[in-house]
Amino acid sequence: MSVEKPSFGAGEELLAVRDLTVTFPTGDGDVHAVRGVNYTLRRGEVLGIVGESGSGKSVSSLAVMGLLPKTARVQGSITFQGEELLGLSERKLMKVRGKKIAMIFQDPMTSLNPVYKIGYQLEEAILAHNDLPKQQARKQALELLETVGIPFPEKRIDQFPHEFSGGMRQRVVIAIAMANNPDVIIADEPTTALDVTVQAQVLESLRVAQRETGAAMVLITHDLGVVAGQADRVLVMYAGKPVEIGSVDDIYYNPRMPYTLGLLGSLPRLDANRAERLTPIQGAPPSLLSLPPGCPFMPRCPLAKEVCAEQEPELLPTDDPAHDAACHYSALLAGRKAQEVFVASAADTALPESYGAEIAGATGEITTVPEQPKAEQAE
Amino acid sequence: MSTTDTLTAGEPILSVRHLVKEFPIKSHSVVRRTVGAVHAVSGVSFDIFPGQTLGLVGESGCGKTTTSRAILHLQPATSGEVVFQGRDVTKMSKGDLRRMRRNMQIVFQDPYASLNPRITVSEIIAEPLKIHGLYRGGGQAQVAELMSLVGLNPEHGNRFPHEFSGGQRQRIGIARALALKPKVLVLDEPVSALDVSIQAGVINLLEDLQDELGLAYLFVAHDLSVVRHIADRVAVMYLGKIVETADTESLFERSQHPYTKALISAIPIPDPRRERERERILVQGDVPSPANPPSGCRFRTRCPLRMTLSETDAARCADEEPALVDRGLGPRHLAACHFAESEG
Repeated sequence: MSVEKPSFGAGEELLAVRDLTVTFPTGDGDVHAVRGVNYTLRRGEVLGIVGESGSGKSVSSLAVMGLLPKTARVQGSITFQGEELLGLSERKLMKVRGKKIAMIFQDPMTSLNPVYKIGYQLEEAILAHNDLPKQQARKQALELLETVGIPFPEKRIDQFPHEFSGGMRQRVVIAIAMANNPDVIIADEPTTALDVTVQAQVLESLRVAQRETGAAMVLITHDLGVVAGQADRVLVMYAGKPVEIGSVDDIYYNPRMPYTLGLLGSLPRLDANRAERLTPIQGAPPSLLSLPPGCPFMPRCPLAKEVCAEQEPELLPTDDPAHDAACHYSALLAGRKAQEVFVASAADTALPESYGAEIAGATGEITTVPEQPKAEQAE
Repeated sequence: MSTTDTLTAGEPILSVRHLVKEFPIKSHSVVRRTVGAVHAVSGVSFDIFPGQTLGLVGESGCGKTTTSRAILHLQPATSGEVVFQGRDVTKMSKGDLRRMRRNMQIVFQDPYASLNPRITVSEIIAEPLKIHGLYRGGGQAQVAELMSLVGLNPEHGNRFPHEFSGGQRQRIGIARALALKPKVLVLDEPVSALDVSIQAGVINLLEDLQDELGLAYLFVAHDLSVVRHIADRVAVMYLGKIVETADTESLFERSQHPYTKALISAIPIPDPRRERERERILVQGDVPSPANPPSGCRFRTRCPLRMTLSETDAARCADEEPALVDRGLGPRHLAACHFAESEG
């Protein structure tokens, strides 16, 4: 683990995403999966994108790679070193994909082709962008396998994916992503499918990959622990929109959006007092089919007031210009702890589409059985 | 606690002794002969006390789920004993098993697969009551009560599972497990399928239920931070065996088994400054196949400690299986490593 303070704002701007929206038309109406994402990525920087399932973090990255299905409506702008990627022909995109921007997918079981040997798949990635003799490609493939920490690469290179464990496969995927010295690596939940000790190995390989290629990285994950150790900057997404962005230290020590604060408060941590109650966020994320006006986090937010129901807050700088938050009351959160803002409740009564009814805690008494009228618990 | 008064606090409610579960490997020929066995669980022993939580942790394939299923006899154990309330579950008749399950219930991992999508939530929760002939006379009120007990709105009883969020579905599963007022609840990865903000609510609920009803939990999970939060005692499994077990504080403060140490050091902490300064113990390679586990200590093929040992000491790891015994690490702290004590 590197001890040096993350530095940013320095390197050249590689990737810029502006006002990106992605909509999927469905039979039930449009699903607004991404509703305006903005970020820039500089050389050598690691940007962590955090959010729960359905927050649009993966879709926004698939859009960058041009890998969304044809039915998706993508708007906005994605520029790589000044060149617009949206609307580029498939042929031109193929020159960028893998060469300039590489991607690592979540599930190493499905991202390798089961009928080809590992070596073939690595060579394929190398030869796609380089005019090399086959032997040389094989030599490079061997070096790559060694770099990502695969033991006995000479033997392993001629094996099939099913002969590799999950962690090994993910390292092969990382090696493929490194193959052409990309400028940007997008890693979409690279360790979610793996056990913790294997996760530690794969994160180490990722770090090596980033160091060797000097690439900038977008690390997408739902695990706040993984981001803390890897990222320089963090973008928090909720209901298809970024709700907070800042340096990793700002996000963890000084969150200014209630959602971020709530996420941190709901994590059991190895370094916390065991007796401390967790503070869950009430309710569930909204449906992206029909978002009500106002802040999408409003129904779950303990700070919500009338203005939150009417007006969706913009992502605006807080008192620190490098730290933006989308909350009308972000100033109120300065220095507050999750325990002060959220209730350490154990109930979850609101159905996903409705909000309102509240039952405080687990108050029912199971040992006193029948006569109790139903109305008493339903208040 | 009214549910615990028949037992004194010092007596375990559930004792597992030398539990073994092997799955046969069949040949691919026409006559499917047994050609080997997957040693999923190889001699696991532990006790659970009333009102307490034992956390069973380990990585995928270590046998923790198989253990939990063998305890309830959902998958019969190959050998060993599971003594629940003084009787051996593995030798029970069908009728006895059914009666036993009134007192010991399970909550499954996947709240999407463990609820019947075609019947309403009330019917799901009422099912165990009906099976055991307890529904007539107040069953309906009991279902409503169970729903509010697990933090759901009882008015939503006539809805179907798909109308609930993942966290709420898991609560329905918990309500169903509680319907027969069991004394022991086996929780098989109850929160790992849930998003973090939802997970915290279910953990809080489980803590409250334990306080209120005096339940004993076997909490099976791969997430050590969750286990540390909820368990009183922890057993760490590796490749079908318990490698270290201790009271939670002791395990996390003074773990001495190299695997436990590596496991704890591999967990990311959501604190950037600490993460930057942390030293990781990286374990080499992958878990060996349980069909052909290593001789001696099963962790030896990946053990960071063994690499620092002299040749004779390292040979001992391969020749002699370390027993899970007290190695002077603290009260009730057992470790299965020959060299657990030799480190400071």
